Amino acid sequence: MSWFSNFLTSSIGKKLIMSLTGLFLIVFLLVHLTGNLQLLMDDGGRQFNLYAKFMTTNPVIQFTSYGLYGFILLHAIQGILLWLKNKAAKGSSYAVSNTKATNTVAGFAKNMGWLGTIILVFILIHMYQFWLQMKLGYVPMVEYDGVQVKNLYAPVTETFKNIGFVIFYVLSMVVIALHLWHGFQSSFQTLGLNHKKYTPFIQGMGKLYAVVIPLGFALIPILFFLRNM
Amino acid sequence: MALANMNLTLKVWRQSNNKAKGNFETHKVVANEHMSFLEMLDVLNEQLIQEQKTPVAFEHDCREGICGACSMVINGQPHGPQRGTTTCQLHMRSFKDGDTIVVEPFRAKAFPVIKDLVVDRSAFDRIIQSGGYISVNTGQAVDGNTLPIEKDLSSQAFDAATCIGCGACVAACPNASAMLFTSAKVSHLNLLPQGAIEAEQRVLSMVNQMDEEGFGMCSNVTACEAECPKEISVTNIARMNRQFIGASLKSDKMA
Repeated sequence: MSWFSNFLTSSIGKKLIMSLTGLFLIVFLLVHLTGNLQLLMDDGGRQFNLYAKFMTTNPVIQFTSYGLYGFILLHAIQGILLWLKNKAAKGSSYAVSNTKATNTVAGFAKNMGWLGTIILVFILIHMYQFWLQMKLGYVPMVEYDGVQVKNLYAPVTETFKNIGFVIFYVLSMVVIALHLWHGFQSSFQTLGLNHKKYTPFIQGMGKLYAVVIPLGFALIPILFFLRNM
Repeated sequence: MALANMNLTLKVWRQSNNKAKGNFETHKVVANEHMSFLEMLDVLNEQLIQEQKTPVAFEHDCREGICGACSMVINGQPHGPQRGTTTCQLHMRSFKDGDTIVVEPFRAKAFPVIKDLVVDRSAFDRIIQSGGYISVNTGQAVDGNTLPIEKDLSSQAFDAATCIGCGACVAACPNASAMLFTSAKVSHLNLLPQGAIEAEQRVLSMVNQMDEEGFGMCSNVTACEAECPKEISVTNIARMNRQFIGASLKSDKMA
C-alpha cells in the first residue's frame, strides 16, 4: 500500500476523516441555518423561494452540494465502520461498568454511533420531504416579477401544520445537539489541537454551538406551527 | 489500634484458560481496612487453598504502585475506585463492611484472558519494541549536563514517562483503544533531544504496531485519563495525533 492509503486507513487517519468531515458539516449547519431562517420573514415565502432558486441553480453551490452529500455519506459510513470495529476491539463487556471521564464535555462520546444513526435517518426523511420533492418537480410554482420560481415555502408550511412532524423535527434537533456537544470539541482533539491556551475556548464554543444552532433550526417548525394554528 | 473486621462478599471472575467460558464465583472474605486489595485477595487464596480449591490467579509484582503488573477491574473501574492508584495501593478502607465487590479481568480483544484475572498484555511489549527506545552507541555514559533540556519539556516528558504500562487505559476505554499508553510512550521520548532524532519513525512505527495488535480507535471519551493510576493526560494523545499526521506527510518513508 502507498503511504497515503496507509495513512488514511491507520487508526488516526480514520479518525482524521471523521474529524475533517465533521468540521465541514459543522460549518454547513451554520450556512443551512442562516438560509432557513429566511423562512421566518413575513413575506409569504418570497425571500426564501428566491434564495432556494439561487441555491439550486448556482453552479458553485451545486458543486459544493455534491461535496456535501459525499461528506455526509463518508462521515456516516466511516462512523458506522469505526463503531463496529471498536465494538469488536472491546470484545466482551464488563458485568459492572463504572468508569469516570475527565472531560465533562465528552459525556455523549460513547453514544455517538447511536446518535449519528438517528441523525442519518433524520437526514434521509428530511431530504425526501423537501429536497427530493423539489428535484422531482412536485413543488408548485410561484411568479415573482414575471419569473417562475419553485415555491418551496409551500411544502414547508404544509409539513409543519402537522404536530407529528413538528415534534419529530424538534426531537431530531435535540439529537443533533447531543452529537455536536461531543463532536465539536472532539474533532479538534483528533486533529491534535489540545492546549491549555485554547482548549477551554474550543470546548466553550462547542457547547454554545451545540445549543444555538439546533435551537435555531427547532424554532422554524415551532413558529410555523404556531403561525398556522 | 484495634482492627475492625470487614465482612465482604467477592464476586470474582474465574476462567480456567483462554478458550474456556468464564463465570463469576462468589466468596465470603473477612478482611481489615489496612489490607491492600491484593492482600485481601491473598486472604481469599489462603482460604481456597485450605478448602483444596484452586486459588484465584492474579498478577502482582512490586506491590508499591510502580511496576504495572496488577490488573483488574474492581466494581467497574480499572484499579478500583481510588483515583490515581494501582490495585496494590488501593486499601480496603476504600470499602465498607458488608460490601459486595465485583472483580473482573481487563477486557479487550488485544488483552486475551490467560487465567482468571490475568490477561496477556504482551501487545504493549510489541508496541514498545516497535519504537519505544532510542538508538545509542555503547561506550561511556555522557556527562549529565552535555544536553541541556528545558525544564518545561523535561517535566512534560517525565509526566508521560510515569506511565507504568499497566493497561488500565485500554481496560477503561469502551473501544479498547491503546492511544493513551502509546501516546505516553511516544511523548516521553519525542519531547527529549535524545528521542527527537528518531521522532518521526517512532510515531509511525508505534501507531502502526498499535493498530496491528487490534486495539480500537480513540473516541475522546477520556475514561482512560480518569482511570489511569498515573493520571497520564490525553494531551499526549493530541500530541501523538499531530506528530503522526505530520510524520505521515513529511517523512521520506514511501509506504
